[in-house]
Amino acid sequence: MLLSESISIDPTFQLVPWVVLIPLIGLLVNLLVGRRLGEKGVGIVASLASGGAFAIAVLLAFALAGSAARPVEGMAKPEAVVVPFMEWIKTGSLSVGWDFRVDTLSVTMMLVVAGVGTLIHIYSIGYMHSDVRHNGAPGRFRRFFVYLNLFIAAMMILVSADNYLMMFVGWEGVGLCSYLLIGFWFEKGAEGTGNARAAKKAMVVNRIGDFGLLIALFIMFGAFGTFEFQAVFDKVKDVAPWVLTAITLFMLIGVAGKSAQLPLFVWLPDAMAGPTPVSALIHAATMVTAGVYLIVRSSALYMAAPTAQSVVTWVGALTALFAASIAVGQNDIKKVLAYSTISQLGFMVAAVGMGAFVAGMFHLVTHAFFKALLFLGAGSVILGMEHGDGPSSGHGQASGHAATTLDPQDMRNMGGLREKMPVTFWVYLIGALALAGVAPLAGFFSKDEILTAASQQNLPVFVVLVIAAFFTAFYVGRQLLLVFFGKGRSPAAEHAQESPALVTVPLVVLAVLTVFAGGLNFPGSHLLETWLEHTLGPGQPAEFVVPVALGSLGVALVGLLIAWSIYGQRKTLSKTGGVDPLARILGPIYTGMEHKWWVDEIYRAMVIRPYEALSRFLADDVDRDLIDGIVNGFGGLVVGFAGVWRKLQSGYVRSYALTIFLGAVAILTYLAFLSR
Amino acid sequence: MPIQYYLILSALMFVIGVVGVLVRRNAIIIFMCLEMMFNAANLAFVAFASSFNALDGQLFVFFVMTVAAAEVAVGLALMVAIFRTKHSIDVDQLSSLKG
Repeated sequence: MLLSESISIDPTFQLVPWVVLIPLIGLLVNLLVGRRLGEKGVGIVASLASGGAFAIAVLLAFALAGSAARPVEGMAKPEAVVVPFMEWIKTGSLSVGWDFRVDTLSVTMMLVVAGVGTLIHIYSIGYMHSDVRHNGAPGRFRRFFVYLNLFIAAMMILVSADNYLMMFVGWEGVGLCSYLLIGFWFEKGAEGTGNARAAKKAMVVNRIGDFGLLIALFIMFGAFGTFEFQAVFDKVKDVAPWVLTAITLFMLIGVAGKSAQLPLFVWLPDAMAGPTPVSALIHAATMVTAGVYLIVRSSALYMAAPTAQSVVTWVGALTALFAASIAVGQNDIKKVLAYSTISQLGFMVAAVGMGAFVAGMFHLVTHAFFKALLFLGAGSVILGMEHGDGPSSGHGQASGHAATTLDPQDMRNMGGLREKMPVTFWVYLIGALALAGVAPLAGFFSKDEILTAASQQNLPVFVVLVIAAFFTAFYVGRQLLLVFFGKGRSPAAEHAQESPALVTVPLVVLAVLTVFAGGLNFPGSHLLETWLEHTLGPGQPAEFVVPVALGSLGVALVGLLIAWSIYGQRKTLSKTGGVDPLARILGPIYTGMEHKWWVDEIYRAMVIRPYEALSRFLADDVDRDLIDGIVNGFGGLVVGFAGVWRKLQSGYVRSYALTIFLGAVAILTYLAFLSR
Repeated sequence: MPIQYYLILSALMFVIGVVGVLVRRNAIIIFMCLEMMFNAANLAFVAFASSFNALDGQLFVFFVMTVAAAEVAVGLALMVAIFRTKHSIDVDQLSSLKG
């Protein structure tokens, strides 16, 4: 039953199209008149656009909360308001409109996307001001904000869609923005094309996922005849189970591509080539969560396909463990966070696979906060390192040293930044502890809910997730110790400076959110759960099982302790270029972790090489030799033929006269003798 | 005289004219042979006219002669024009339409 059928419908709901239109207007303004606005103007317009979307999301949330508090007689759950915007496709039996859906799930996503997005917009003003100058292209500042607003618009379309096709438009849109933003510095990167190659890789791998999703949509149309959410969910019981399993499994391919699960996660670490705000917004908080959102939205389908559910759960759990193990061996500060994101997404996917949709969404929200915080913090650290290294340090020029080709992102060059960048240190610490799952920060509660659900349903998955949680705590501790403690291991680290307020203030806001977001689904209050119940229907109540909670806290603390014991000694940390102490302990396992278990190399050998060979065969042997050969052959045949007939045209008058004479003789013969 | 003699003479003249047109290279000679073909046809016309005692054949000869005269005038003017560029009236040299 739709709320729209009730008598008193809150007119606030009609505002939902603006959630997409305001960012679009922002991007158009920046695109058309941005050059005249200057950097501050461009940044303000973009942030206001994103903030406007957030404000509307807040209004919608209040309207929903208000209407949910006044239950209308005979209204069943789930409740949603559908706001049709315009007709889109009407052909044959397919009728798809551009309709917006306002329900608790979509509003939750809108709040996260727009809220974290706005904070990142503000952060980017300060960050990109430095970055475009560091990379020598101040004119590109405006382009960044155009792309960011485009992303917000596309993501809003994704989460506010009322049918799968419109959601797919948003899905593709965020993939496009990911490509544009990863390759923002397209002429830079390893060997001059590294960033462009990373963007291309993200696009191609995403496309493979999108292909899976498309197949799922095709099967869905064949089985259901419609793409609208409510219509599909109502018809689930009428469709054969194997069809549902097929749909959900193909959707899983899409989720694996977008949310970086096994085996399609390889694009996300390379995506760190983009500027840090991009990594924070797209590859930590929002775009990668689109896959999780898809599964939660399709909960009706998944609950009816238990085989697919277990596949989803195992994909998530294995991804969580695999990525966490790689994160332990990484030296680039952003790569650690990238693999951490993949791992945490694995947690979320495992959760929703087990039917614990609320736990998954809870972790999605808290992870958005602390992962964005960590990425933005890493950005602040990188900025500090660049300042310590670049011309503003002044020391290099005075002593006649040439500018070093120092990698400002390599943790082996950092150290001791706790004293140089205190604000960054404290907020980063909060984010890191939340990621590790230390109470009472948000990450503890959300991760604990997932672990509880696993412990009750699927013991092997529970074990895998606990090991992944242990690795998480370990690499978090390792990163904290390498970056902030000890003594600076390079001149850049010794001369690092704290970042400007435009950068640190959003960090502080995110840190506050991280601390208090646990209250969203605190055991006993279950705010998020009741909120999401309006959309998802009654689900499993998330319990707070004390042994599991204490166990997960214990695992986190043990991981941090072990990290401290390995990396906390003063001696280890002050060695420059020394071998990572973990390498000595784990030996070949550490090499595997550091080389990301050679996944990219395996893919290159198993997939890319055969494909390139096939392409070469088709291009040379088939297209050039066979097809072109046939067409050119026809041409040659005609030319040969013409050469023969050309001999008639000799140009000699006498031979023409002879021809005329012979023709006349032939006609007369016919007339005289043969026409009888 | 039986009419066959006149017709045989006409045929002989015609054939000589055809062979001359096909074999000779000089344009003036070709025109002369062409005239011979015309006259062969005229002879045939006149022979039949006298044999059937009808004036039609003789009348037609006048037409043929008039047309022959006009055609030779045009043809000789063409030859003069060609001679101006090529300085020769050898028809074998007029082969620029060769494909």
